[in-house]
Amino acid sequence: MQPLRFATAGSVDDGKSTLIGRLLYDAHALQEDQVAAVERASLRRGAGELDLSLITDGLEAEREQGITIDVAYRYFATPVRKFIIADSPGHEQYTRNMATGTSNADALVLLLDVTKPLLPQSRRHLLIARLLGIRHAIVFVNKLDLANYARAAYERVRRELEAFAAPLRFDSLVCIAGSALRGDMVVERGERLDWYGGPTLLERLESVPASADRAAAGPLRFPVQLVSPPRAGRPRAHPRAYMGRIESGHVLAGAPVVALPGGRTTRVRQIVVHGAEREIAVAGDSVSLVLADELDLSRGDLLADPAQPPREARSLEATLIWLGAEPLRPAARYLVQLASRRVAGKVAEVQSRLDIDTLDERAVEGKVVANDIVNVRLSLQAPLFADAYEAVRCTGALILIDEATNQTVAAALVR
Amino acid sequence: MLAERSHLDWLESEAIYILREVAGQCQNPVLFFSGGKDSLCLLRLAEKAFRPGRFPFPLLHIDTGHNFPEVIAFRDRRAAELGERLIVRSVEDSMRKGSVRLASENQSRNAAQSVTLLEAIAEFGFDAAIGGARRDEEKARAKERVFSFRDEFGQWDPRNQRPELWSLYNARVHPGEHVRVFPISNWTELDVWQYIRRERLEVPEIYFAHRRPVVRRRGLLVPVTPLTPPRADEAVEEVSVRFRTVGDISCTCPVESSAASIDAILEETRSARLTERGATRMDDQTSEASMERRKKEGYF
Repeated sequence: MQPLRFATAGSVDDGKSTLIGRLLYDAHALQEDQVAAVERASLRRGAGELDLSLITDGLEAEREQGITIDVAYRYFATPVRKFIIADSPGHEQYTRNMATGTSNADALVLLLDVTKPLLPQSRRHLLIARLLGIRHAIVFVNKLDLANYARAAYERVRRELEAFAAPLRFDSLVCIAGSALRGDMVVERGERLDWYGGPTLLERLESVPASADRAAAGPLRFPVQLVSPPRAGRPRAHPRAYMGRIESGHVLAGAPVVALPGGRTTRVRQIVVHGAEREIAVAGDSVSLVLADELDLSRGDLLADPAQPPREARSLEATLIWLGAEPLRPAARYLVQLASRRVAGKVAEVQSRLDIDTLDERAVEGKVVANDIVNVRLSLQAPLFADAYEAVRCTGALILIDEATNQTVAAALVR
Repeated sequence: MLAERSHLDWLESEAIYILREVAGQCQNPVLFFSGGKDSLCLLRLAEKAFRPGRFPFPLLHIDTGHNFPEVIAFRDRRAAELGERLIVRSVEDSMRKGSVRLASENQSRNAAQSVTLLEAIAEFGFDAAIGGARRDEEKARAKERVFSFRDEFGQWDPRNQRPELWSLYNARVHPGEHVRVFPISNWTELDVWQYIRRERLEVPEIYFAHRRPVVRRRGLLVPVTPLTPPRADEAVEEVSVRFRTVGDISCTCPVESSAASIDAILEETRSARLTERGATRMDDQTSEASMERRKKEGYF
C-alpha cells in the first residue's frame, strides 16, 4: 500500500507533541532506548510520569531555547500501512513551516483543545492546508479528560469547526474525540468515551486515500530530468531515452504524446523501468521513455497528453508564499523553477494580499515579507508549461530562487 | 495497477527521482560508498536510475584505517563489479598532513572522518555529495532536508535550511560550497532490509550472525580487537553476534543475534527493542546532541 504522508498542526499548548508521542508509543513505534531517554528527561525536568511530549524533542538549539525550529519527519508503520509524519511547529514562522510540511502531505491532522473556543491559529492551519491542496482533514479534539469526557463539550467544538470548514470543501473532514495524555482514541479506544462511535486516530489514518491515486487520474505530465544518449554504433539496441518520473496521469506503450516546447506530437515506443520493458507507467513511477521519432529534447522539457496539454506561459498568475528572510524585491530577477524547468523571471505585479484568517483579498501596502501570502503576476524570460495547481500539482507548483544567495525565497501556486 | 505498488516501489521511485535530480542539477557530484547496507542500497538505486549508462559520479570512501577488513574487501569487489570509479581517501593521510591530530593512537577516528571528507570534497571540487543517511536514525537527521546545504567550511546550519517544498529541490551553490543529498531520507532500517531482500543484494559477512570475542560495557557488546582491547577488570566472552551498522571499529558494537539469513535479520529488525544507533554506537551516547554537533562540523 502507498505510504500515507500527513502533516500535523496545532496551536501552542494544544498538546501536539503529546499526541505524536502517544501515537508512536501506543503503536509500538518506539524502541527501548528512545523510551529510556524520555524517562531520563522526564525525571530531570521533574515530571511525575512519562512525559510523552519529550519524544519529539528536537535539536540542542531548540532545547536550550525551548522552541521548535523546523519541520521534523517521523516514521512508523502498522501491519496496514507505512506513515510519514511532517511535524511542523505551530507558533513561529507557522505559515512557512506549515507550507513546507503540507506541500507533500496527503492529509492534515489538526489538533484542537476542547476547553477552548476555535482559535485564529487553528483556522489558519486549515486555510493554509486547503490552499496547499490538502483534501483530507482529521481533527483530533483533545483534552476531553479536562472536560470530564462530556459529549456536549466535544459537540460544541465539532459544530464550530464544521461550520468554519464547510466552505473549504475538504473531500473528507473527520472529527475525533479523545485525550492524547490519557491515550483515549489515539491508538486504543480507552474506556471513557463510550458515547463516541467514530474511528480512532490510527484507524482513520489507516484508511485515508493517498493523493497518488488522484495524480494518476490526471492528464499525463512527464518532465524530462535527464537524457540518455543513444550508444554509438548500436542506436537500435540502445536508443535515446528520456529519464524522469510520471508526475501526473499515466502512459501506455504506443500512446501519442506532445513534446514541449515545440509542440511536436509523437508516440511512446518503449517504457523502460530498470532495463525491463513495461506496457504502462503511472503517476509516481520513475521510468525511461523511448519515443518513435528523433526529437532533440533536453532537461526541463515536458511530454504531455496531446488532448489536454498544459498552458505555454510567459506570464503566470500565482498565489505566492514568501519564505525568504529578506523582503521581495519587485525589480529583481529570480530563478523560477517549475517541475524540471528553470527560467529567469520577476514578480511583475503584486495584486493583492491574502488575509490569513479568511483568505479574503486585501490591498497591498508595504513590503512583502516572510510568511506573507500574496497574489502576483510573474513575468518570465522563457516559457513555462503550467497548469492550475488545483488541477495538476506538479505543473502548478513553483519556487523562486534568489540568484545571488541561491536561497529558495518563495513558493507559489499557479492560479 | 496502483494497488500493486508496494511501499518499497514508492520509496525506490522517489530515490531514483532524487538521484536523477542530482545528475541534472549538479556539475560534479560524488556518492559516499562505505560497503555498508545503506550505501549498498544507494548503488542499486543508482543502477536503476542510470543503467545502461555509467553512473554520473564516482564513489568515495573515507577510510579511517580502523574499518573491518572484510567490509573493505567487499567494498572493493562491489565497485569493481559495477565498473565504477572508487576514490578512497584516508584519515591517516590527514594525520600525516597534520590536519587531524588525535590524543592517542587508539582514539576513535570516527569524528576525524569529517576533516578528511571535507579535504576530499575540496580536492576534487565536488558540488554535491550523495549519502545513505536516513531521517529515522537520529533526531538531528529527522530535521534535515533531502538536499542539505553546506557552506564553504562544510557546516550544516539547522536554523538556516533552505525551504524544501514538493519535489522542487534547489541544489545551487557557490564555488567551494556543496550540497549533501540523501535519497533514502524516508526509509527506515526495516525498509532497507526489505529492499535488500527484494533486490537480492549481497551484504558484507559481518551483518550475519557469527561468533566473536566481546566484553560487556555500559549495556553494549564491545568487540575485542587490537584497537579495542578489554580493560583489566573485564571478562572476555565469545558470543554469537551480528552488526546492525558498519562503521569505525573503535565505535561500532554488534548485537547478540543468531540471524544467519536476510529473513532472520528482518525478523529481528521487526522485533528489535533498541534503535539502530542506540544499540550499536558508542559515539552517539556521549551527549544528547552528539550527532547534531558532528553534523554541524561536516559529518555525513
